Amino acid sequence: MASSLLDKVWEAHTVRTLPSGQTQLLIGLHLIHEVTSPQAFQALREMKVPVRMPERTFATLDHIIPTTAPQARPFADAVAEEMTVHLTRNAEQSRVPFFDLTSGRQGIVHVIGPELGLTQPGMTIACGDSHTATHGAVGAIAFGIGTSQVRDVLATQCLAMAKPKLRQVRVDGTLAKGVYAKDVILAIIRALGVNGGVGYAYEYAGDVVDRMTMEERLTLCNMSIEGGARFGYVNPDQTTFDYLRGRQYAPQGAAFDRAVTWWKGVASDADTRYDDVKRLDGGAIPPMVTWGINPGQSVGVGERIPNPETAPELERATYREGLAHMGFEAGQPIAGAKIDVVFIGSCTNSRISDLRVAAAVAKGRRVAKTVRAIVVPGSQLVAREAEAEGLHEVFREAGFEWRNAGCSMCLGMNDDKLRGREMSASTSNRNFIGRQGSPTGRTLLMSPAMAAAAAVNGAVTDVREMM
Amino acid sequence: MTESGRRQIAGRGIPVPGNDIDTDRIIPARFLKTVTNEGLGLHAFEDARKHDPEHPFNQKVYEGASVLVAGLNFGCGSSREHAPESLKQWGIKAIVGGSFAEIFFGNCTMLGIPCMSVDNEDVLWLQRAIGRDPRQPVTVDVEKQEVRVGDRVIKGRIPDGARNQLVSGAWNATGVLLEAGDAIEATAKRLPYVSGF
Repeated sequence: MASSLLDKVWEAHTVRTLPSGQTQLLIGLHLIHEVTSPQAFQALREMKVPVRMPERTFATLDHIIPTTAPQARPFADAVAEEMTVHLTRNAEQSRVPFFDLTSGRQGIVHVIGPELGLTQPGMTIACGDSHTATHGAVGAIAFGIGTSQVRDVLATQCLAMAKPKLRQVRVDGTLAKGVYAKDVILAIIRALGVNGGVGYAYEYAGDVVDRMTMEERLTLCNMSIEGGARFGYVNPDQTTFDYLRGRQYAPQGAAFDRAVTWWKGVASDADTRYDDVKRLDGGAIPPMVTWGINPGQSVGVGERIPNPETAPELERATYREGLAHMGFEAGQPIAGAKIDVVFIGSCTNSRISDLRVAAAVAKGRRVAKTVRAIVVPGSQLVAREAEAEGLHEVFREAGFEWRNAGCSMCLGMNDDKLRGREMSASTSNRNFIGRQGSPTGRTLLMSPAMAAAAAVNGAVTDVREMM
Repeated sequence: MTESGRRQIAGRGIPVPGNDIDTDRIIPARFLKTVTNEGLGLHAFEDARKHDPEHPFNQKVYEGASVLVAGLNFGCGSSREHAPESLKQWGIKAIVGGSFAEIFFGNCTMLGIPCMSVDNEDVLWLQRAIGRDPRQPVTVDVEKQEVRVGDRVIKGRIPDGARNQLVSGAWNATGVLLEAGDAIEATAKRLPYVSGF
């Protein structure tokens, strides 16, 4: 019988069926960071249980660290320092490899996993962060967990999980110029809804996905949770293998070729039966911009902000709330909306290809005088690569601040926050009320190209007019 | 590692109207800057309460409530367990909703908080009923998968795995998972990426 990647990976990692009916699922790679792990380590100490497989656990710092130079310790923010001290101590005591600031490998957990080759096809991957589905881009079953589950994985390398249903999301055709993976995932969420994926894993497929680079697939899978899907993946193919070859933790030499054979085997069989299939025409996707307070509230850059009265009945109240929070009128074009802040970064869009695209738009132009704009690379490795290419100079000359790696203004846990009602053009993943650090702040999600265009014009702009 | 089961929870209700209430709304990220769970209950819905004096978490009539009644897709967004933890510390023992985001649902289960889905019409009815008489008890029957208010019985749903965990008191999974013993390492060794390609 044909089976999917989900079936194969799930079966290979099943330790047993639990009395509750759930699967005891082995976790092949556990990634931890400073925000959702301290209480879990404390629970282990209280239970007097060690970390079960420290060699399959990796730690980094991303959420709370300052991104301004110098990132000297102790941090000026005493709580950030305390959280760093805790993670450092927990990692040391448990012999968990730790990519700290001095490692040259530190960065957003969902950026460093793939770039170091830790993230591989056929794995189960868990992390105390909802954007863990990012790693599904290489063909892994990767998902976010809460702190009690971080405790479970630390203590047992396992989780009690119910297997999700599987939906194939096919994007066929050819993307238009100026349309990127970010636009594709925003279009998918708009079409299927912010809770359309609850109970499902999303298998992304189709011509558009097949042609995507690995970094584009990482952006695509990253926002699965914004569509309600805890899991999202792309079947491994030659793009995957080419991406992984030579990476630090990827198999080396002849072992790599043997790995490729196994990786090919975990891909979904051609005649796999899905619980559901949804199709989108990639050629019809425009550059997308959110106008509201959840990632499903988006329009094409050429469209007008919808009228709540035309929305599905159950969504009308949220539409009204979105308009009220954002200060928008129904029927207003999204293009031209004034921007105060531009944030290029986050686990969604902070990789080298994102920075190249944004830099190409910024090159030879100036950030509008009314805008403060920051570029936060996803990892120290991304930063070094960008600097080697001179992208930091392009950004600086255009008037962007060039920062150090971290989560930064995606969620405002460090000093990088919106102030008051500032309107942000952001390449991050959430436009929830208060998300970027100010309870009244406003967020418009878009691609790096669109964010760079917004920085230059001080307003939402169709980047295709600048290309 | 088991506690007494959560067969049935009865208490006063608190309605939180609206759909797609995200975890940033339940607890803003700045309160996640901590290495313990201490005091999280003080910050449940903090910004929403400041913005709206009429927010249910501000209303005296709902003080002491333990059954939260929410709309669709409650708890969407971040995996922060600080969100259900803050609700738990505030006094919430069970949540009835139109639907739940998956990670939030799992986190609640891990804390022994049942999340029961009911039809959206029933959510709206419950929210109105609680608004009319905040003192009447609301019973969330996990085992029977129903919500009872006065003489009304509303059909609810909790997926089998979570329901079994809650009813048996085995929602803290660590102990159960540890019981697998060497089978964990045996499963790992069968994986070529663990044993070596």
